[in-house]
Amino acid sequence: MKKIELITMFMLFLLTPEISYSMHIMEGFLPLKWCIIWDLAALPFIIAGAMTIGKKLKENPKLKMLLGFAGAFAFVLSALKIPSVTGSCSHPTGVGLGAILFGPFTMSILGLIILLFQALLLAHGGITTLGANTFSMAIVGPIASYAIFKGIKKVGGPNWLAVFLSAFLGDLLTYVTTSFQLAIAFPAEKGGFTVSFLKFMGIFAITQVPLAISEGLLTVLVINLLMEYSKEELIELDVL
Amino acid sequence: MIRKKTLFVNIILMLMVVSLIVLPLVTVKNGKFAGSDDNATKAITMIDKNYKPWIKPIWEPPSGEIESLLFACQAAIGAGFIGFYLGYVKGKKNGNR
Repeated sequence: MKKIELITMFMLFLLTPEISYSMHIMEGFLPLKWCIIWDLAALPFIIAGAMTIGKKLKENPKLKMLLGFAGAFAFVLSALKIPSVTGSCSHPTGVGLGAILFGPFTMSILGLIILLFQALLLAHGGITTLGANTFSMAIVGPIASYAIFKGIKKVGGPNWLAVFLSAFLGDLLTYVTTSFQLAIAFPAEKGGFTVSFLKFMGIFAITQVPLAISEGLLTVLVINLLMEYSKEELIELDVL
Repeated sequence: MIRKKTLFVNIILMLMVVSLIVLPLVTVKNGKFAGSDDNATKAITMIDKNYKPWIKPIWEPPSGEIESLLFACQAAIGAGFIGFYLGYVKGKKNGNR
Protein backbone atom coordinates (compact mmCIF):
# COMPACT_ATOMS: atom_id res chain seq x y z
CA MET A 1 0.00 0.00 0.00
CA LYS A 2 2.70 2.39 1.00
CA LYS A 3 4.62 1.63 -2.18
CA ILE A 4 1.61 2.35 -4.37
CA GLU A 5 1.06 5.61 -2.57
CA LEU A 6 4.64 6.57 -3.11
CA ILE A 7 4.49 5.73 -6.80
CA THR A 8 1.24 7.65 -7.20
CA MET A 9 2.73 10.66 -5.51
CA PHE A 10 5.77 10.43 -7.70
CA MET A 11 3.64 10.19 -10.86
CA LEU A 12 1.47 13.08 -9.71
CA PHE A 13 4.58 15.13 -9.20
CA LEU A 14 5.82 14.28 -12.67
CA LEU A 15 2.50 15.04 -14.32
CA THR A 16 1.50 18.14 -12.41
CA PRO A 17 2.36 21.18 -14.47
CA GLU A 18 2.48 23.63 -11.59
CA ILE A 19 5.96 22.63 -10.53
CA SER A 20 8.07 25.70 -10.58
CA TYR A 21 10.98 27.29 -8.86
CA SER A 22 11.56 30.41 -7.04
CA MET A 23 13.84 32.60 -9.06
CA HIS A 24 16.35 32.45 -6.26
CA ILE A 25 17.98 29.29 -5.00
CA MET A 26 16.71 28.62 -1.50
CA GLU A 27 18.81 28.58 1.63
CA GLY A 28 20.51 25.21 2.07
CA PHE A 29 19.68 23.99 -1.41
CA LEU A 30 23.10 24.48 -2.88
CA PRO A 31 25.96 22.34 -1.58
CA LEU A 32 28.59 24.33 0.31
CA LYS A 33 31.19 23.81 -2.41
CA TRP A 34 29.00 25.53 -4.98
CA CYS A 35 28.05 28.32 -2.58
CA ILE A 36 31.72 29.20 -2.24
CA ILE A 37 32.43 28.88 -5.96
CA TRP A 38 29.60 31.29 -6.84
CA ASP A 39 30.58 33.68 -4.04
CA LEU A 40 34.07 33.86 -5.51
CA ALA A 41 32.72 34.16 -9.06
CA ALA A 42 30.46 37.05 -8.07
CA LEU A 43 33.08 38.97 -6.10
CA PRO A 44 35.02 40.64 -8.97
CA PHE A 45 31.76 41.87 -10.51
CA ILE A 46 30.62 43.30 -7.18
CA ILE A 47 33.92 45.19 -6.93
CA ALA A 48 33.59 46.37 -10.54
CA GLY A 49 30.04 47.49 -9.73
CA ALA A 50 31.13 49.46 -6.67
CA MET A 51 33.88 51.14 -8.67
CA THR A 52 31.56 52.05 -11.54
CA ILE A 53 28.98 53.55 -9.20
CA GLY A 54 31.66 55.54 -7.40
CA LYS A 55 33.08 56.83 -10.67
CA LYS A 56 29.72 57.72 -12.24
CA LEU A 57 28.54 59.60 -9.16
CA LYS A 58 31.82 61.44 -8.81
CA GLU A 59 31.63 62.57 -12.43
CA ASN A 60 28.04 63.61 -12.04
CA PRO A 61 26.43 63.66 -8.57
CA LYS A 62 23.10 64.53 -10.19
CA LEU A 63 22.82 60.93 -11.36
CA LYS A 64 22.30 59.75 -7.78
CA MET A 65 18.55 60.15 -8.07
CA LEU A 66 18.38 58.22 -11.32
CA LEU A 67 20.47 55.44 -9.81
CA GLY A 68 18.00 55.26 -6.94
CA PHE A 69 15.23 55.14 -9.51
CA ALA A 70 16.81 52.13 -11.26
CA GLY A 71 17.21 50.39 -7.90
CA ALA A 72 13.62 51.17 -6.93
CA PHE A 73 12.35 49.74 -10.23
CA ALA A 74 14.16 46.44 -9.59
CA PHE A 75 12.94 46.51 -5.98
CA VAL A 76 9.29 46.76 -7.08
CA LEU A 77 9.48 44.21 -9.88
CA SER A 78 11.22 41.59 -7.78
CA ALA A 79 8.50 41.92 -5.14
CA LEU A 80 5.70 41.15 -7.59
CA LYS A 81 4.92 37.48 -7.84
CA ILE A 82 2.99 37.17 -11.05
CA PRO A 83 0.91 34.20 -12.27
CA SER A 84 2.10 32.45 -15.39
CA VAL A 85 0.69 30.10 -18.00
CA THR A 86 2.14 27.09 -16.17
CA GLY A 87 -0.24 27.69 -13.26
CA SER A 88 2.48 28.84 -10.92
CA CYS A 89 3.98 32.15 -9.96
CA SER A 90 7.34 33.76 -10.40
CA HIS A 91 8.68 37.27 -10.36
CA PRO A 92 10.58 39.46 -12.82
CA THR A 93 13.98 40.89 -11.97
CA GLY A 94 13.80 44.51 -13.10
CA VAL A 95 17.57 44.79 -13.47
CA GLY A 96 17.52 45.39 -17.23
CA LEU A 97 16.64 49.08 -16.78
CA GLY A 98 19.66 49.76 -14.59
CA ALA A 99 21.94 47.96 -17.03
CA ILE A 100 20.62 50.03 -19.94
CA LEU A 101 21.10 53.26 -17.99
CA PHE A 102 24.30 52.63 -16.06
CA GLY A 103 26.17 49.88 -17.88
CA PRO A 104 26.74 46.20 -17.21
CA PHE A 105 28.22 46.24 -13.69
CA THR A 106 26.21 48.80 -11.71
CA MET A 107 23.28 46.49 -11.01
CA SER A 108 25.53 43.94 -9.29
CA ILE A 109 25.48 46.12 -6.18
CA LEU A 110 21.80 47.06 -6.36
CA GLY A 111 20.82 43.45 -7.09
CA LEU A 112 22.91 42.26 -4.16
CA ILE A 113 21.10 44.67 -1.83
CA ILE A 114 17.70 43.45 -3.04
CA LEU A 115 18.71 39.80 -2.65
CA LEU A 116 20.05 40.47 0.84
CA PHE A 117 16.79 42.16 1.83
CA GLN A 118 14.75 39.23 0.52
CA ALA A 119 17.04 36.62 2.10
CA LEU A 120 17.03 38.23 5.55
CA LEU A 121 13.45 39.45 5.85
CA LEU A 122 11.48 37.17 3.57
CA ALA A 123 13.39 33.87 3.72
CA HIS A 124 13.34 34.20 -0.07
CA GLY A 125 16.64 33.06 -1.51
CA GLY A 126 19.33 32.71 1.13
CA ILE A 127 22.56 33.95 2.66
CA THR A 128 24.59 30.90 1.65
CA THR A 129 23.13 31.06 -1.87
CA LEU A 130 23.61 34.83 -2.10
CA GLY A 131 26.64 34.53 -4.37
CA ALA A 132 24.89 32.17 -6.77
CA ASN A 133 21.72 34.28 -6.85
CA THR A 134 23.67 37.49 -7.28
CA PHE A 135 25.56 35.89 -10.15
CA SER A 136 22.39 34.97 -12.04
CA MET A 137 20.18 37.97 -11.31
CA ALA A 138 22.60 40.83 -10.75
CA ILE A 139 25.54 39.86 -12.97
CA VAL A 140 24.56 37.64 -15.92
CA GLY A 141 21.15 39.31 -16.43
CA PRO A 142 22.46 42.91 -16.52
CA ILE A 143 25.53 42.08 -18.64
CA ALA A 144 23.29 40.32 -21.16
CA SER A 145 20.80 43.22 -21.08
CA TYR A 146 23.55 45.76 -21.67
CA ALA A 147 25.13 43.80 -24.54
CA ILE A 148 21.76 43.26 -26.24
CA PHE A 149 20.79 46.92 -25.87
CA LYS A 150 24.06 48.19 -27.31
CA GLY A 151 24.05 45.52 -30.03
CA ILE A 152 20.60 46.42 -31.33
CA LYS A 153 21.39 50.14 -31.21
CA LYS A 154 24.57 49.49 -33.15
CA VAL A 155 22.78 47.78 -36.03
CA GLY A 156 20.37 50.70 -36.09
CA GLY A 157 17.37 49.07 -34.38
CA PRO A 158 14.71 51.34 -32.89
CA ASN A 159 15.14 52.38 -29.28
CA TRP A 160 11.98 50.71 -27.99
CA LEU A 161 12.96 47.38 -29.55
CA ALA A 162 16.44 47.55 -28.06
CA VAL A 163 14.96 48.31 -24.62
CA PHE A 164 12.30 45.61 -24.88
CA LEU A 165 14.60 42.81 -26.02
CA SER A 166 17.28 43.86 -23.57
CA ALA A 167 14.95 43.58 -20.56
CA PHE A 168 13.14 40.51 -21.92
CA LEU A 169 16.26 38.47 -22.67
CA GLY A 170 18.10 39.67 -19.55
CA ASP A 171 15.22 38.32 -17.47
CA LEU A 172 15.17 34.98 -19.33
CA LEU A 173 18.94 34.56 -19.17
CA THR A 174 18.82 35.00 -15.41
CA TYR A 175 16.65 31.89 -15.30
CA VAL A 176 18.92 30.02 -17.70
CA THR A 177 21.79 30.78 -15.32
CA THR A 178 19.83 29.54 -12.30
CA SER A 179 19.02 26.33 -14.22
CA PHE A 180 22.69 25.95 -15.02
CA GLN A 181 23.67 26.47 -11.39
CA LEU A 182 21.16 23.90 -10.16
CA ALA A 183 21.96 21.38 -12.89
CA ILE A 184 25.70 21.51 -12.32
CA ALA A 185 25.18 21.03 -8.58
CA PHE A 186 22.53 18.35 -9.07
CA PRO A 187 23.32 16.30 -12.17
CA ALA A 188 20.73 13.59 -12.84
CA GLU A 189 21.73 10.02 -12.07
CA LYS A 190 21.01 9.07 -15.65
CA GLY A 191 22.16 11.57 -18.21
CA GLY A 192 23.99 13.80 -15.79
CA PHE A 193 24.19 17.57 -16.25
CA THR A 194 22.37 17.76 -19.61
CA VAL A 195 19.26 15.96 -18.39
CA SER A 196 19.11 18.05 -15.21
CA PHE A 197 19.70 21.26 -17.15
CA LEU A 198 16.95 20.52 -19.66
CA LYS A 199 14.61 19.62 -16.85
CA PHE A 200 15.24 22.81 -14.88
CA MET A 201 15.15 24.83 -18.11
CA GLY A 202 11.91 23.30 -19.32
CA ILE A 203 10.17 24.33 -16.14
CA PHE A 204 11.86 27.70 -15.77
CA ALA A 205 11.62 28.93 -19.32
CA ILE A 206 7.91 28.34 -19.82
CA THR A 207 6.95 29.96 -16.53
CA GLN A 208 9.19 32.92 -17.10
CA VAL A 209 8.38 33.79 -20.73
CA PRO A 210 5.19 35.81 -20.06
CA LEU A 211 6.82 37.51 -17.08
CA ALA A 212 9.86 38.40 -19.13
CA ILE A 213 7.56 39.93 -21.77
CA SER A 214 5.86 41.96 -19.01
CA GLU A 215 9.24 43.11 -17.76
CA GLY A 216 10.21 44.13 -21.30
CA LEU A 217 6.99 46.14 -21.74
CA LEU A 218 7.33 47.84 -18.35
CA THR A 219 10.93 48.78 -19.06
CA VAL A 220 9.87 50.37 -22.36
CA LEU A 221 7.15 52.26 -20.45
CA VAL A 222 9.61 53.58 -17.89
CA ILE A 223 12.16 54.57 -20.54
CA ASN A 224 9.34 56.45 -22.32
CA LEU A 225 8.70 58.40 -19.13
CA LEU A 226 12.40 59.10 -18.64
CA MET A 227 12.60 60.37 -22.23
CA GLU A 228 9.88 62.87 -21.35
CA TYR A 229 11.31 64.09 -18.10
CA SER A 230 14.98 63.10 -17.82
CA LYS A 231 16.18 63.46 -21.36
CA GLU A 232 19.36 65.27 -20.32
CA GLU A 233 20.44 62.40 -18.08
CA LEU A 234 19.69 59.85 -20.80
CA ILE A 235 21.82 61.75 -23.29
CA GLU A 236 24.57 62.06 -20.72
CA LEU A 237 24.49 58.33 -20.05
CA ASP A 238 24.63 57.65 -23.79
CA VAL A 239 21.31 55.84 -23.81
CA LEU A 240 19.67 57.79 -26.62
CA MET B 1 2.73 68.10 -19.80
CA ILE B 2 3.43 64.62 -21.04
CA ARG B 3 3.16 64.30 -24.79
CA LYS B 4 -0.08 62.71 -25.96
CA LYS B 5 1.75 60.06 -27.97
CA THR B 6 3.82 58.87 -25.00
CA LEU B 7 0.73 58.79 -22.82
CA PHE B 8 -1.13 56.74 -25.41
CA VAL B 9 1.73 54.28 -25.92
CA ASN B 10 2.17 53.85 -22.17
CA ILE B 11 -1.52 53.17 -21.61
CA ILE B 12 -1.37 50.48 -24.30
CA LEU B 13 1.77 48.99 -22.67
CA MET B 14 0.01 48.99 -19.30
CA LEU B 15 -3.01 47.18 -20.75
CA MET B 16 -0.73 44.60 -22.37
CA VAL B 17 0.98 43.90 -19.04
CA VAL B 18 -2.36 43.63 -17.23
CA SER B 19 -3.70 41.19 -19.83
CA LEU B 20 -0.52 39.12 -19.59
CA ILE B 21 -1.14 38.84 -15.86
CA VAL B 22 -4.87 38.13 -16.12
CA LEU B 23 -4.61 35.67 -19.01
CA PRO B 24 -3.13 32.75 -17.03
CA LEU B 25 -5.71 33.26 -14.28
CA VAL B 26 -8.51 32.88 -16.82
CA THR B 27 -7.07 30.21 -19.10
CA VAL B 28 -5.22 27.87 -16.76
CA LYS B 29 -7.71 25.51 -15.17
CA ASN B 30 -6.87 24.04 -11.78
CA GLY B 31 -3.79 26.21 -11.52
CA LYS B 32 -2.71 26.51 -7.91
CA PHE B 33 -0.50 29.53 -8.50
CA ALA B 34 1.41 28.50 -5.46
CA GLY B 35 4.61 30.03 -4.26
CA SER B 36 7.36 28.26 -6.05
CA ASP B 37 9.73 27.79 -3.14
CA ASP B 38 8.22 24.56 -1.82
CA ASN B 39 8.25 23.01 -5.27
CA ALA B 40 11.94 23.74 -5.70
CA THR B 41 12.55 21.65 -2.63
CA LYS B 42 10.70 18.71 -4.16
CA ALA B 43 12.45 18.93 -7.52
CA ILE B 44 15.94 18.86 -6.05
CA THR B 45 15.14 15.98 -3.72
CA MET B 46 13.69 14.15 -6.70
CA ILE B 47 16.98 14.32 -8.58
CA ASP B 48 19.06 13.55 -5.49
CA LYS B 49 16.95 11.62 -3.01
CA ASN B 50 19.55 11.79 -0.28
CA TYR B 51 19.98 15.55 -0.41
CA LYS B 52 19.10 17.34 2.78
CA PRO B 53 19.26 21.13 3.00
CA TRP B 54 22.29 21.73 5.14
CA ILE B 55 21.23 25.07 6.55
CA LYS B 56 17.93 26.76 7.34
CA PRO B 57 17.02 30.44 6.90
CA ILE B 58 17.92 32.44 10.01
CA TRP B 59 14.45 33.88 10.17
CA GLU B 60 11.25 33.08 8.33
CA PRO B 61 8.06 35.10 8.23
CA PRO B 62 5.75 33.34 10.71
CA SER B 63 2.84 33.18 8.24
CA GLY B 64 1.80 33.81 4.67
CA GLU B 65 0.16 37.03 5.78
CA ILE B 66 3.36 38.39 7.29
CA GLU B 67 5.23 37.37 4.18
CA SER B 68 2.74 39.26 2.00
CA LEU B 69 3.09 42.24 4.30
CA LEU B 70 6.83 42.30 3.78
CA PHE B 71 6.53 41.81 0.02
CA ALA B 72 3.96 44.61 -0.07
CA CYS B 73 6.38 46.81 1.87
CA GLN B 74 9.12 46.04 -0.63
CA ALA B 75 6.86 47.02 -3.53
CA ALA B 76 5.58 50.09 -1.69
CA ILE B 77 9.05 51.41 -0.90
CA GLY B 78 10.13 50.94 -4.51
CA ALA B 79 6.96 52.41 -5.97
CA GLY B 80 7.14 55.31 -3.52
CA PHE B 81 10.59 56.25 -4.72
CA ILE B 82 9.60 55.85 -8.38
CA GLY B 83 6.69 58.24 -7.85
CA PHE B 84 8.90 60.66 -5.95
CA TYR B 85 11.52 60.65 -8.71
CA LEU B 86 9.04 61.14 -11.55
CA GLY B 87 7.33 63.96 -9.66
CA TYR B 88 10.71 65.55 -8.98
CA VAL B 89 11.92 65.47 -12.60
CA LYS B 90 8.53 66.57 -13.92
CA GLY B 91 8.42 69.52 -11.54
CA LYS B 92 12.01 70.42 -12.39
CA LYS B 93 11.31 70.32 -16.11
CA ASN B 94 8.15 72.41 -15.83
CA GLY B 95 9.89 74.90 -13.55
CA ASN B 96 12.61 75.46 -16.13
CA ARG B 97 10.17 76.63 -18.73
